[in-house]
Amino acid sequence: MSKNIKSISNPKLKLEVLTAEEVKKIHEATLWIIEHVGVRFPSQRALEIWEANGATVDHEKKIVRVKGDVIEEALQKCPPAYPLAARDPGQDLPLDGNHVYLGTDGCGVEVIDLQTGQKRTSCLRDVQEIARVADATEEVAFHWVAVSAQDTPPESRGLHEIKAIWESSTKHLQTESIYTVHEASAALEMAALIAGGKDKLRQRPVLSLMECSAPPLGHDGGSLDAALIAAEHGIPTGFMTMAACLTTGPATMAGNLAVGNAEVIAATALLQLAYPGAPVFYAAAQAASDLRTGAYTGGGPEDFLFGAATNVLADFYNIPLSMGAFATGAKEPNWQAGLEGSLSTFMASIVMSDMLLGCGFLHGSRIWSYAEMLMDCEIFSIIHKMMQGIVVDEETLALETIANVGPGGHFLAQKHTRRHMRDLFIPQFMDRRPYGEWETKKDDARDWATAKARKTLAEHCPEPLDPKISAEMGKIIKSVEK
Amino acid sequence: MAETEELYKQMAQSIIDGEAEQAVALAQKSIELQINPLDTITKGFVTGVSYIGEQFGKGEAFLPELVMAGEAMKAAIATLEPELIKLGQAREVLGRVVLATVEGDIHEIGKTLVGTMLSASGFEVYDLGVDASAEKIIGKAIEVNADLIGMSALLTTTMVRQREVIEELDKEGLRPRIKVIVGGAPITKDWAEKIKADGTSEDAVGAVKLAKQLLGKE
Repeated sequence: MSKNIKSISNPKLKLEVLTAEEVKKIHEATLWIIEHVGVRFPSQRALEIWEANGATVDHEKKIVRVKGDVIEEALQKCPPAYPLAARDPGQDLPLDGNHVYLGTDGCGVEVIDLQTGQKRTSCLRDVQEIARVADATEEVAFHWVAVSAQDTPPESRGLHEIKAIWESSTKHLQTESIYTVHEASAALEMAALIAGGKDKLRQRPVLSLMECSAPPLGHDGGSLDAALIAAEHGIPTGFMTMAACLTTGPATMAGNLAVGNAEVIAATALLQLAYPGAPVFYAAAQAASDLRTGAYTGGGPEDFLFGAATNVLADFYNIPLSMGAFATGAKEPNWQAGLEGSLSTFMASIVMSDMLLGCGFLHGSRIWSYAEMLMDCEIFSIIHKMMQGIVVDEETLALETIANVGPGGHFLAQKHTRRHMRDLFIPQFMDRRPYGEWETKKDDARDWATAKARKTLAEHCPEPLDPKISAEMGKIIKSVEK
Repeated sequence: MAETEELYKQMAQSIIDGEAEQAVALAQKSIELQINPLDTITKGFVTGVSYIGEQFGKGEAFLPELVMAGEAMKAAIATLEPELIKLGQAREVLGRVVLATVEGDIHEIGKTLVGTMLSASGFEVYDLGVDASAEKIIGKAIEVNADLIGMSALLTTTMVRQREVIEELDKEGLRPRIKVIVGGAPITKDWAEKIKADGTSEDAVGAVKLAKQLLGKE
């Protein structure tokens, strides 16, 4: 039995963050960077593909310089739409430009323990439990590996994590934590077990891969090789730039967009040159660095603007976008976390970014909080509601009802009201109680969200993964361990 | 004399402005004028570094200004170094530091920033870059008689390498003579304690404080 997934679609709100001319300028600047400055591809395989396609390759520095038309032609082979499949086919997610889906964020290293309320190092059990809570929500449409399973061997950690998530949820899984050839190959085998073979996996990719770039203008060799393996098997793959104003990118936002864009589209073009038509997506979580510490935390007005601008770029290339949202430097679920979560998600949603990453974190995606996760889900729901805009027609103008009530009456007892009252947003965690009631309890959203997470963990049992498949996955993992 | 004082002021200003070329030109001028290079450093350039450090502490200067001051300082010192050697003098070094991003990891911006700040503060820094094996890090530390090793990692799968280096140092009996600090986005105090590092800092300015503290140079 499929659970509903809440996604934003058919938006009524619009925003023009960049004009067509400005997008063209950024695109041209990007091509100039790729041709004249170059991008580092520290992978033998990647360098060979580039060389075979006429790029100038500096083998010592692993820097590739490519003419703009090669990049443009390659990008034209990207499929504009494809589905992210789920273990439960009723939860497949079409990436078609008309849906915004929320995922969990990743990959953190600590968790606010749901029982003790104390911060501690993340482990495999947290990966399972977070996936189970996410499975129960209608807002979370797909998973990232939320926290690192630090109690598993480093060489197979990424595999333990995806197995744990598949065992705990029927929704799509996108991992950002697989960046070696041996793990990518093993992950494919594991995904094929769920899909029912490698051919079927190509039709219904139950796994997608997100690889981080190494800004400015670089990539990680393992990530490139892993992405090439995924692309070969039709696993949707995206490169994420986190180029940040001041440190890994220019202080100016336009320049920072161009640097990040160069990283993403050069790597995306590489996948298309190797495997034309491979499903790919654009991924970004750009922000400004802190002027005092140099730290990347996410949040702040630059982050919000990047959230909207990046989808305009992804649309220009006609590929789906996975956009960083909900990032916050806040240390606990507070004013800053709510502010940064709301504005970043609003800006990324209003331009219809296909995937939002994601809910649940504090302190620059390091500390997982269940309360933060569920409050983030509520923010997503609020924005989901706002994106529907205001419907103006005979029924919603309600003239007959207005006439019925007349001056000075009330609308509470009208049939029209009963028909439409549930169109209004019903919050889970907003405090609209009388003051006196609050005064006796002094509790708030954080308490309610924590209680809800505890209840979900105690009660929610997703449809289990076939134990035979689990066992097979275990064998695959064993085979890569030292 | 007044001319020398004026020159010192200009030197300090070149650091405050983060103008490396200007700092180098002034260093060269001081050599031509046969001013003692140690005086040039302490009375001229260091004054600028201290000033910008104070401003940063007050929240009135920002990280890029600190880094540019550090780069300018490095350039000035490099110009004066041959002169110091010629005179058989040595500037006071707070300590020798070997820095690296550990094996399997290619992320280096934070580590590089720590290096710039440490050298601007008077440490001698040997930066081994990225993807450095335990052998390479320890070998360099022995070679330069390092007081401190600083290791960076961005990935949870590579941060375990920090522990390997520490274990190896312990095995070879190089600690506590060589102190070890660790850093990187996933690194927490708990992790640093767990692997028996001597400390960790979440940013570059804190790393300098930590290094001074560990080497008793506060």
